[in-house]
Amino acid sequence: MSTPFVSRGFQGRRQRSEAAQRLPPGQYLVSGFPVLSAGPTPRTSLDRWDFTIVGEIDEPRRWTWQEFQQLPRETVTKDIHCVTKWSKLDTTWTGVSLDTLLQGVNISATKYVLAFSDGDYTTNLALADVTGGKAWIAYEYADAPLAPEHGGPARLLVPHLYFWKSAKWVRGLQLMAEDEPGFWESLGYHNRGDPWKEQRYAGD
Amino acid sequence: MAGIPARLAWRRAVVLRHIQETPRVTSLVLDVPGWVGHRAGQHLDVRLTAEDGYQTERSYSIASAPARDTRVTLTVERLDDGEVSPYLTDVLRAGDELEVRGPIGGWFTWRPEEGGPLVLVAGGSGIAPLMAMIRQRAAVRSPVPVCLLYSSRAYEEIIYREELDRSAAADGDLMVAYTLTRSQPPGWRGYRRHIDRAMLDAVAWAPEERPLVFVCGPTPLVESVATTCVELGYAPERVKTERFGPTGGET
Repeated sequence: MSTPFVSRGFQGRRQRSEAAQRLPPGQYLVSGFPVLSAGPTPRTSLDRWDFTIVGEIDEPRRWTWQEFQQLPRETVTKDIHCVTKWSKLDTTWTGVSLDTLLQGVNISATKYVLAFSDGDYTTNLALADVTGGKAWIAYEYADAPLAPEHGGPARLLVPHLYFWKSAKWVRGLQLMAEDEPGFWESLGYHNRGDPWKEQRYAGD
Repeated sequence: MAGIPARLAWRRAVVLRHIQETPRVTSLVLDVPGWVGHRAGQHLDVRLTAEDGYQTERSYSIASAPARDTRVTLTVERLDDGEVSPYLTDVLRAGDELEVRGPIGGWFTWRPEEGGPLVLVAGGSGIAPLMAMIRQRAAVRSPVPVCLLYSSRAYEEIIYREELDRSAAADGDLMVAYTLTRSQPPGWRGYRRHIDRAMLDAVAWAPEERPLVFVCGPTPLVESVATTCVELGYAPERVKTERFGPTGGET
């Protein structure tokens, strides 16, 4: 092909090498915590909130907010990567692991999950991407209750994939045998969204 | 296997023109070889590469209406501490090449056949994707009624002001209301505060008209306006938001 492209006169701003190694391709570091959404922020009161697991399951599971708070919780520190190219390192979250929520559930027929949220948002994930210590339902960020703008009362947290997969305002999981694209996946974004393979858009 | 989408390829666009819209905002008219068109509201990914191979990417809304040619206009606000925007506004000039990819975005878009009426709410450079909608509406002479509520810090910072004023004067179905939040020129008769419930109530199509609402700008504005729209009774599924800012909109 032709010679590699160079932007005339562009210097750029390089990160310290330690941070740079933690950035997937095409990402840049931010210190704040940007908010992006497709529509208005849903607001669900805690006495109305519940979390359910439905779909290919013998008996649907349901937890009220109080019941959810009684579940074993974990605090994790993770790097997060948004498809709009910002990355934030060392973010701290507290919540319930999906491994805990799926304990005792017969998932032999499950290959995929569809996370669904208030405001009609959905996102699809392979079961393998949300089990084995890879996903949580998080209700605290930086040691404080998760703000509505960032997905509170609770959001899905799947930090190894682009952050649109970490569905804000999550209310449950639908267990599925077949894959089904969620909101952004139906609008041109990649079905899986691995930032290390730069899987931003369909076809990448 | 049928249905595998083609990868959105990086293309080498050529800068055709540099338009100084306001002291800090520049529009770049690009010629994008192989451009297949876009919808109003979509954006472009831009990639810069330094001589040592260092690369960085950003996204910018397309401000031009869909057209039959391969020209695409981006409107860029120069951020003093930005890594990319000062390069685009100060260094790039006509004849330079810029790697772009797109169009991106399947949600915050509008086509005239989707109807309306439209309520467009913009803060600062958030006007860019809404301008593509307004320009497209004009290009096809769509009768869809539009009201635009546009918040800027000062008169000199109203992007596309002359074009908006001209278009509104010529089209009774395009209503434009400005609000200037930090300073106002002598004799200013428009709003002079941040967009609030009373302003939306006065300017926007009523919820009973079931408008399509598009809100774009810095996160605090978008959050406040979108929440107020829901409180005023607009259907949440008809309120679409896009957040701008140095890093996409920070809290």
